Amino acid sequence: MSTTAQPPAPTAASPTADKPVVRPGDKIFAGLSTASGVMILVTLVGVAAFLLWQAWPALVADPSEVRGGNGLLWYIGPLVYGTLVAALIALIIAFPLSIGIALFISHYAPRKLAAALGYVIDLLAAVPSVVFGLWGVSVIGPMLMGIQAWSIDNLQFLPFIGGPASPKSMLVTGAVLAIMILPIMTAVNREVFLQTPRLHEEASLALGATRWEMIRQAVLPFGRSGIISGAMLGLGRALGETMAVAIILSISARYTPVVTSPANPGTIAADIALQFPEASHGAHLATLVASGLVLFFVTLIVNMAARYIVSRRAAFSGAN
Amino acid sequence: MSKLIEVTDLDIYYGDFLAVENVSMTIEPKAITALIGPSGCGKSTFLRSLNRMHEVIPGAYCKGNVTMDGQNLYGKNVDPVSVRRRIGMVFQRPNPFPTMSIKENVLAGVKLNNTKISKSDANDLVESSLRGANLWEEVKDRLDQPGSGLSGGQQQRLCIARTIAIQPDVVLMDEPCSALDPISTLAIEDLMNELKNEYTIVIVTHNMQQAARVSDRTGFFNIAGTGKPGKLIEFDDTEKIFSNPANKATEDYVSGRFG
Repeated sequence: MSTTAQPPAPTAASPTADKPVVRPGDKIFAGLSTASGVMILVTLVGVAAFLLWQAWPALVADPSEVRGGNGLLWYIGPLVYGTLVAALIALIIAFPLSIGIALFISHYAPRKLAAALGYVIDLLAAVPSVVFGLWGVSVIGPMLMGIQAWSIDNLQFLPFIGGPASPKSMLVTGAVLAIMILPIMTAVNREVFLQTPRLHEEASLALGATRWEMIRQAVLPFGRSGIISGAMLGLGRALGETMAVAIILSISARYTPVVTSPANPGTIAADIALQFPEASHGAHLATLVASGLVLFFVTLIVNMAARYIVSRRAAFSGAN
Repeated sequence: MSKLIEVTDLDIYYGDFLAVENVSMTIEPKAITALIGPSGCGKSTFLRSLNRMHEVIPGAYCKGNVTMDGQNLYGKNVDPVSVRRRIGMVFQRPNPFPTMSIKENVLAGVKLNNTKISKSDANDLVESSLRGANLWEEVKDRLDQPGSGLSGGQQQRLCIARTIAIQPDVVLMDEPCSALDPISTLAIEDLMNELKNEYTIVIVTHNMQQAARVSDRTGFFNIAGTGKPGKLIEFDDTEKIFSNPANKATEDYVSGRFG
């Protein structure tokens, strides 16, 4: 039998065939998609290389020449800490909220309301961050003053509560960041919740689950990896958010566990944006780039950690 | 444990669409009742209305009475959740929870509604349920593996184990073998014969040989045309339906002349 008439085999063809048949369309598409994949890697490596190259002067400079005059670690340390704290506050607020909103849209709301609400959430993602910053300072800040003042009066024994209450605190920053990362997290969660197979939902209901039990038994475990991915996307945005933070915080760049007072460690991205216009010469500029390099790695580590969490129970994922 | 179900004048709707019209039948305890009929005739819809799974679909509802031991399942103060705990269901395609192990799957229903169960009781229940579903010997060494790693037939028996673990009075099966190979099908049919000693079983099937093999009573549903409601044409002893049906349409269907 002639082998040329067979459809092209994906791997090496049977031993009788001299040459597997490959269609030009397949070849072109394979080439294009490979090129796109490679481009991502090249970009990533390129950014890392650029940051390393530009930051190098600061990495090798005498501590006194580095911005702040006490060495790189002294300068970047509080900023890293602040970046993580602000992003963490945002995630703590946005995580349950996004799941709640997504569940409401996917499983509770009447269809028409769900569609409208989904659209509004997507619109929220289109609001520029500078607007969120202004809104944070003038609305969210004053709004949270009451809660902050109450916490300071009643919860001062907690290490992260302390006065004086301020509309320019880390808590306010975190709250504004939470609103900013809410759309992307909600959108991802809604998508995965909607993809829960009807089969599994009915299996749960047929066992005598209430609606909430069905969600806990079938919907949430099925969407687990999606929920984590969404949270990481949100966290990534919160870590790198610049403008809103720069507007809200007056960075005092020191370690403090307190999130309700104006004293704050600042964040890397906001610090770069605020300091860049003044950083004209060598080591100072390099210091800022170095802090950018650190932010790059923090984001990378956060993402890898998320991948690891998702992959740990891959056999039990909904993908089977 | 098994109970008698009495259906009177049941109309089943999807929104404005009347899907099944005016069904009345008595489902005997400790017997297998088979529902047969062409696709779209409403037999699955009817089955799902027996444990109030029909109304899970937005806009779906029914009118009429379904009583189990004298209690109307559609009564005003009846919680559908408790109905479903007493009338279990096995679906067309095996649907073990992919995020759970074999053991967790068996216990999935037991742990609902804030029920607490001790570890030893749980282990006993897992074993007895899996034995009841003829699956124990095949999976006893890998109870902590994901349920989705089993073969199709094993998954379906796992779903049966999950259903009988909550000790329902009735087990509904919606074409439980249509996604399975002949050997797995035989295993499930053998299992049904054992289960009918304890449970009332209702099965929807497209396979007439299967209905003839396993069931004691058979109901034939038919539909006059697309968009028309399905109706129960004939309901009698399986032997009678397959050898000497009273209705011409039933005879045509079981002898393979249409459908």
